[in-house]
Amino acid sequence: MDARSPRGAAKSGFAVPQVPKIALYLVGLIPAAWLFYHGINDNLGADPMRYLEQSLGLWALRFLVATLAVTPLRQILNVNLLRYRRALGLLCFYYAVLHLTTYLVLDQGLDFAAIWADIVKRPYITIGMATFIILIPLAATSNNAAIRRLGGQVWAKIHRLVYVAAIGAVLHFLLVVKSWPPEPLVYTAIVLALLGYRLIRSLYRKIAPQPRSPRRAA
Amino acid sequence: MLIRRPADILPSEITPRSVYLNRRQLLGGAAGLALAAGLSGRGQAATLETVKSPLSTDEKLTSLQDVTSYNNYYEFGVDKGAPATYAKTLKTSPWTVKVDGLVGKPGEFSVEDLIKSSTLEERIYRMRCVEGWSMVIPWDGFPLADLIKRVEPLGNAKYVAFETAYRPEEMPGLQSMFPVLDWPYVEGLRLDEAMNPLAILAVGLYGERLQNQNGAPIRLVVPWKYGFKGIKSITRISFVEKQPVTSWNKQASDEYGFYANVNPNVDHPRWSQATERRIGEGGLFVKRRPTLLFNGYAEQVAQLYSGMDLRKFY
Repeated sequence: MDARSPRGAAKSGFAVPQVPKIALYLVGLIPAAWLFYHGINDNLGADPMRYLEQSLGLWALRFLVATLAVTPLRQILNVNLLRYRRALGLLCFYYAVLHLTTYLVLDQGLDFAAIWADIVKRPYITIGMATFIILIPLAATSNNAAIRRLGGQVWAKIHRLVYVAAIGAVLHFLLVVKSWPPEPLVYTAIVLALLGYRLIRSLYRKIAPQPRSPRRAA
Repeated sequence: MLIRRPADILPSEITPRSVYLNRRQLLGGAAGLALAAGLSGRGQAATLETVKSPLSTDEKLTSLQDVTSYNNYYEFGVDKGAPATYAKTLKTSPWTVKVDGLVGKPGEFSVEDLIKSSTLEERIYRMRCVEGWSMVIPWDGFPLADLIKRVEPLGNAKYVAFETAYRPEEMPGLQSMFPVLDWPYVEGLRLDEAMNPLAILAVGLYGERLQNQNGAPIRLVVPWKYGFKGIKSITRISFVEKQPVTSWNKQASDEYGFYANVNPNVDHPRWSQATERRIGEGGLFVKRRPTLLFNGYAEQVAQLYSGMDLRKFY
């Protein structure tokens, strides 16, 4: 994702109060703590394993959506949450790890034959696994050292994989449910809106390049 | 979490405490005490007289709490907890079931009359959901065959079609902007399937009249088939010549067949049906158990499908 504003760091718009990033991690992990606490105390309803598994997956998707919302918020509403984007992205990854671990350990009981059969035969599992694999390099390079080592442009290119992950995540959600219930459809619409915005904006900038842009779009 | 509002109820409908305390289920000790806790404060309680059945399983029952709080009843929403929260609005009394189509004696049957004119049996059945979970539920009801015999099907009646109540004002799921199914909910059986002794019309569970989320006041239970075949809150039963177009089959015919017999060897296109999770068993650490052909009722029903390719007629 291109972090630079085309007109430099405009300082108008909302002044977002700054909170320490560690606070975001702590707040972001509250749902996981709540789920595990109630899970251990058998307080997650009739089908606790499924509830845990689905909730963790949903939180991963929510943080993915939040990560993708940072750029449009800045460009459209001039709300700059850029300094929290890494935390949002990493929280998405942490929830994806917990979601996958729940599937592997609690749902499938580490029955690797069954898990492999799922991966090769069930498109929603195939897509879910692929989405998780995409998230790994993004999480691994979500640090300043990686940005320095790779250089900003290469790093930004790699991190565009998040768009693929977002599509994978909603497909995974849509394929696991019966019929077409509202919730996955709403998340799909949000993801499509966030990606569609970027697509339209980049097409627009190709047709009408910004006069002060240092380089033309490739 | 369920927040129950007190039901509108006549004093005469309230079962005396002494009756509760003498109920067979309550003698079972801790399970009974848990049950009593679940029932106290609920108005609709009406204890049913039942006889035992040799068709019952002796497996451990799923708790009343789980049976009444984890439901698929999309007319009240797609979340498992939605029916328990929203189904209270369904008015289940008075209730009549219209029986029509290819029968000698069509008619309207009130549920109260059906209960009075039947010997209710307790049928403890396994229930396997197409989603991969299962329960063991003590239903109270009577054989579907009893009703079928009363209405005298004609020779050309080959199938039985069932229809759930369609009441948008009482069923919030029907007001949804995203209709999950083409309402009203329709299910069907071949006539010989419907005549099988395992098929019952249930009016209660755990010795009490059905709660709305479980399909009150009358529902179908066909334990060798996936749960969605067990149509709830039935208002109409029609005898027809052609295979009825059933709701889930119409929604996705490659995923939900007309027969929908439980079969570990025929997967749902999107997930395996080889194993299942028994609700209430193991909490977070629930262990999958193998799913049985015809949900373990092969002895009673396999002959209905002899010579049929179960992969084709799933």
